[in-house]
Parts: sequence; C-alpha cells; structure tokens
Amino acid sequence: MKNIEIPALARVEGEGGLFIGIKDGKAVEIRLDIYEPPRFFEGFLVDRFLQEVPDITARICGICPVAYQMSSVAALEAALGIEVSAETYALRRLMYCGEFIESHSLHIYLLQAPDLLGVPSALDLAAIAPEVVKNALRMKKVGNEVLRAIGGRSVHPVNACVGGFYRWPDAGPLKATLPELEWALEAAKKTVKWSLTLPYPELELDYEFVAIHNNDEYGVMKGDVWSSKGSKLSVTDYETRYMEEHVQRSNALHSHMKGGGHYLVGPLARLNLNHEQLMPEALKALKDSKIELPLKNPYKSLIARAIELVNFYEEAIQLVKAYDPSGPAHIDLKLKAGEGCGMSEAPRGLLYHRYKIDEKGRVKFAKITPPTAQNLPRIEDDLLALAPQLVKMEQEQATLTAEHLVRSYDPCISCATHFLKLKVEEME
Amino acid sequence: MTLTPKTNPKPKVAVYKFSSCDGCQLSILNLEDELLDLASAVDIAYFLEATRTVKSGPYDIGIVEGSITTPHELERIKEVRAECKFLIALGTCATAGGIQALRNFTKASELADKVYAHPEYLQYLDTSTSISDNVPVDLVIWGCPVNKATVLEALSALLMGRRVNFPPSPVCLECKRRGTVCVVVSQGIPCMGPVVHGGCGALCPSNGRGCYGCFGPSSTANFNSLVNILLPLERFPGESLLLIRNFSGYAPAFRKAAELVLKAATEKESK
Repeated sequence: MKNIEIPALARVEGEGGLFIGIKDGKAVEIRLDIYEPPRFFEGFLVDRFLQEVPDITARICGICPVAYQMSSVAALEAALGIEVSAETYALRRLMYCGEFIESHSLHIYLLQAPDLLGVPSALDLAAIAPEVVKNALRMKKVGNEVLRAIGGRSVHPVNACVGGFYRWPDAGPLKATLPELEWALEAAKKTVKWSLTLPYPELELDYEFVAIHNNDEYGVMKGDVWSSKGSKLSVTDYETRYMEEHVQRSNALHSHMKGGGHYLVGPLARLNLNHEQLMPEALKALKDSKIELPLKNPYKSLIARAIELVNFYEEAIQLVKAYDPSGPAHIDLKLKAGEGCGMSEAPRGLLYHRYKIDEKGRVKFAKITPPTAQNLPRIEDDLLALAPQLVKMEQEQATLTAEHLVRSYDPCISCATHFLKLKVEEME
Repeated sequence: MTLTPKTNPKPKVAVYKFSSCDGCQLSILNLEDELLDLASAVDIAYFLEATRTVKSGPYDIGIVEGSITTPHELERIKEVRAECKFLIALGTCATAGGIQALRNFTKASELADKVYAHPEYLQYLDTSTSISDNVPVDLVIWGCPVNKATVLEALSALLMGRRVNFPPSPVCLECKRRGTVCVVVSQGIPCMGPVVHGGCGALCPSNGRGCYGCFGPSSTANFNSLVNILLPLERFPGESLLLIRNFSGYAPAFRKAAELVLKAATEKESK
C-alpha cells in the first residue's frame, strides 16, 4: 500500500487536497492541505459601513450566503443594541429554510450520494436512475425559489439588512411556492427512508458535538452554544471556549477548544443535541427510522441532513402560510459605537461573527469563524481513525473512502480559507 | 466561435475555479430544469464541484470562475488558456477581480497581518486581477453571481454557432422596463443603476435599495454625471467611494469613477 494522495478533491465547495503518509502499513501522518487562496475578508471589512457587511460577507460562500448574512446582521444588531420584530425574525427563518433546502438537497443527492452509489457524479447517476436525480433537482429548486421570492436571487440575495429587510417581499410569489414545498416535504420523507438503506462505511467516533440550542425551536439563529459534554455558553462567551489557530499547511484557520481537544459542528451535532425541537413530521421521520442517537458515524450525516430536510420543508410551509407582514420592514438605525457577536447554523455548522463598530457605523474589527474551520481538525482526527481500514484497501478504494469521509462533512472550503487532493504515500 | 455539430457532436466543456466563493459555478448547478439537458448536449469533461471524473483536454469550451490572486493561479490560468479553444470568464471575480480586489487599493500584506497569525505561511499576490488581465478571453459574463439565464444563453449560442445575445442596457433601463419607481428620484437613495451592466433584472432597486454595482460597468456609462448625482446624496461620509469600490471596484471604468470622487473630495477640501 502506497501513500494516499488526492490532489484535488471533487464535489466539495472550494479547493483542497489530502495526504496520508503510510509507514510499515500504518498511517503516520495525515495532512489536509487547503490551497483555496486567502481572500482577507476580515481585513477589508475594516472601514466599510455596517450596512455593507451582510452583502460583503455573503460573498465568502456562494452555497451558504444566507448564513453569512444572518450571522453578520445578528452581530451588528447586537452591537447597536437593537432587536428585530417577530415578523422580521420569522422571515429570516424562512429565508434560512430556503438555504437549508437548497444546500442539503444539493449535498445529499449531488455531492454525497454518488459515493454511496458508486458513481463519479450525479450526472452519471442520472444516466442510470434519472428519476432520482430529477426529483433531487426539483427538491432543490423550491429552496432556491423561496430564496428568490424573498431576496431576489438564491446566490447572494439582496433583501436582508441590519435591522430587518429592505422591503417586505410580495406575498404572491412566496405563497406560490406552497404546492412545490408540499410535494417536496413528501419527497424528503422518502429521502429519509432511502437514506437508511445506503451502504455507509463503518466508523463510530467519540465526538464532542457543538451546536446552537434553543428550547423553543430547532436551533438555527437564536439560542446558546451547547456542547454534548455539557458546556452551555451564551454567544458572547463563545470565544472563551472555542478558538482558532493558524497552521502552516493551510490557508484555513483550525479551531480547537481552550485546553485542547477538537469538536464537531454541523448536521450530526444539531440532530444529536436538538432532536427534541424538530418539527412534528421530522420528529416522526426520526422515530420511524429507529436510529439510535447520538449518531456517531460521520458518513451518516447524510441521514441527519435528510431528517433536517423534512424539518425545514415543514417549517417553510408553516412560515409561508403565516406570512402576512405589517409595520415597517426594518428598524431605522441609530448609529453608535459598540461591539457585538452573532451566530447562526449554516447548513454545514455553526458560524460565528464578531464586529466592533465606531460611532459613525464603520467596522473597526471583524472576526469570522466559519464551520469548516471548526471541523477541519476533526476531519483529520477522523481520517486517522479511518487509516487502519484504509491501509487494508486497494489504493482506488482507499482514496474513494477517504474522499467520501471528507465530502460527508460538506466542507465549505472557500469559507474556511481562510481544500482536496488525497495523497497516501509510503514513507521512508 | 462556431462549434460545428457535424465534426464535434458533443463539445468538451471544462469548468475551473480560481479565487472565488463558488456562487457562479453553483449558478450552473442551479439550472435545475436545464441541467440534465445541458449535460446531454455537452461532454462535461472537467467540473470538480460536480464530478470526480476528469477527462483530459484539450477542451472546446473553458468556463473560469474566480480571479487570479496567487502565484500558482498565475501559472495555472496559462495552462487553462492553452487547453481551451474558447474561454469564458464567468462572474465578476473573473471579469474584474471581484470583492477580493479590494486588496488592490491597499497593501495586501497589511490585510494578511490583520487576518492571519502567521502571514508568512501564505502565498498570495499583491493584487486580485481578472482573467483577461492575464490571458486572452473570448467572452465575459458579468455578475456577482452571474444570472444563470445568461450562462444558458451563452452556451446555447455557442452550441448553435450564433452570436450571444446579452442585455445591452444598464440596470437603470431594467427598472424602467419593469416599472420600478426610481429610488434616486423618489427617495434620494444613492444608486449605481445608470452605469451598471444590466442582467440582474434591477434586483436592488426593486427591493427598495440602490444598485451596488455587482454586474460591473456598462459600456455606455457617464461617470461624471454619476458622481455629480451620488455625492450630494451621501448618507454617511465616503458612501460614494465605498459604493464604487465594491464588488466590481477594480474594473477599469470604476477605477476612473473612484478617481473622480476622490478628486471632488480634494476640491471640496481646498475650498
């Protein structure tokens, strides 16, 4: 068995490579190389006006721009000491449902399923199972349509601002998404059943799961940072426990906990910590699946995503039906100097922002901790745990299994650059 | 370029990523109704975000997302140009350097110092530049992100061997066509609409805000006039400059417009 090297990882968002060094049949070195170029967002946000921030940070990631917009508006609203109306919050939540739908259906069917079904891509899957792919695209499309109805477009929507929305979106196009959302909810329930039949590689790991928890709803935007080891922190205390470090091989920062140790954010963490807050049909899908929680196999985050899909279609339907805005769409901002932190659950995990602003509303400091930066050290730990299995496999299968593991994290490498070629090499 | 269907029934297409957010590539995957037809009309030979199958070049059509920001990218884009017959620069990063070109107005090393504990680990260029700043490009598609309908139009035109039909008019006219009341005239909101390439469908003004220029400069822009309108409307000091130096800020026309704003500020100070 030679070293495993994947020079460019496919079906992930962004760019990176993976190297596993083998000596005497044992993995001795794991290195996830991020070659996604640094773009310096936290640097050039300085001296921008606060209302520009959600538009600029959206450009960190084309797949989860809403997450960036929501974490930044939350942080900046905290800095100004304002709280948006319940109606604004509900519309933000609906927008987030749209992003979860679009991102999760893309990941489940177009990015991860090909690994489980032994095809190179969803396009190849379409040649053998066209209905599966057509349904997947239909499920994904309605998420994008919700985003379009609220924000004009699904990638980098334009309507969200600090204080609320520039305008209330017209109810017509939003309500028009209902029939497709209802179809997709049924399709998502079938997706959960199908997800239980897939041949996941065996790998059970002892993770510390970290996610936003809220007793009143499935944690996405509001709540505390909960860990499966019992830590419960408010957003303002996030940095007292979770920190980033710059490692040499990577343009991405790596997170760890104060005093050492790595943790996991994303769908497995959310489902394990927050399953009691799922919407009724999602909770039923979870119970019917007879999965034992906590789910500890990283490959099975696909199942968690599928259950979340049910949840977010369900919630989207409820929110679209209830949509009947009144009053101003946003708060008129009174500028003052301040500091604020904000967080939200991007589809791939917790996303934390902190800003300092001056009395004129100019950003003086920005800190952004994306989900993939938090998961990167955990991915390396997983690969090390997987290595004894990998070294027994043929090169091609080892490469695929390692790649699949990384892909199951739905890593967003553009976000974290601040990703993948697999190289397994026999070391001297 | 004409791709003659008789000699080459399925043109080979490659999609590349440079420094970017992936949003423009995602716009291709967001063609939910057309994606499978598109995949049967062309041979998707290289598209890492969608497939791990890599067929070797040369390719008939290369689609490049992102800007050039590292020494490695500088080399790679030359290889990409050499292996593609027809090269498309996709999106505002590829056409003007994108939001990361904000480094071009300051010192990239200072930004690196602010963001990274060990900037010495990083490899980057002092500037973020467009694809056409580095190699010849056959077609540019503006947008941050691109409008997926525009991508479909470009590929359809290439496949049929006809001219590409892109919207010729600025965002301002898209407002008029859709009947959106002008945000400048009615609310005094600064808007880049008169000088910005159309194609988004006037999304920002129709949402009650000014255009922030993510589709780049239109070919018929009158920047003197724009600057005269923007300056008195500023809601906070420096708004005009921030508006121009944004997602398309490094496009040559916007660089000139920024100079006009800076000149006006200097004149005001000396008075």
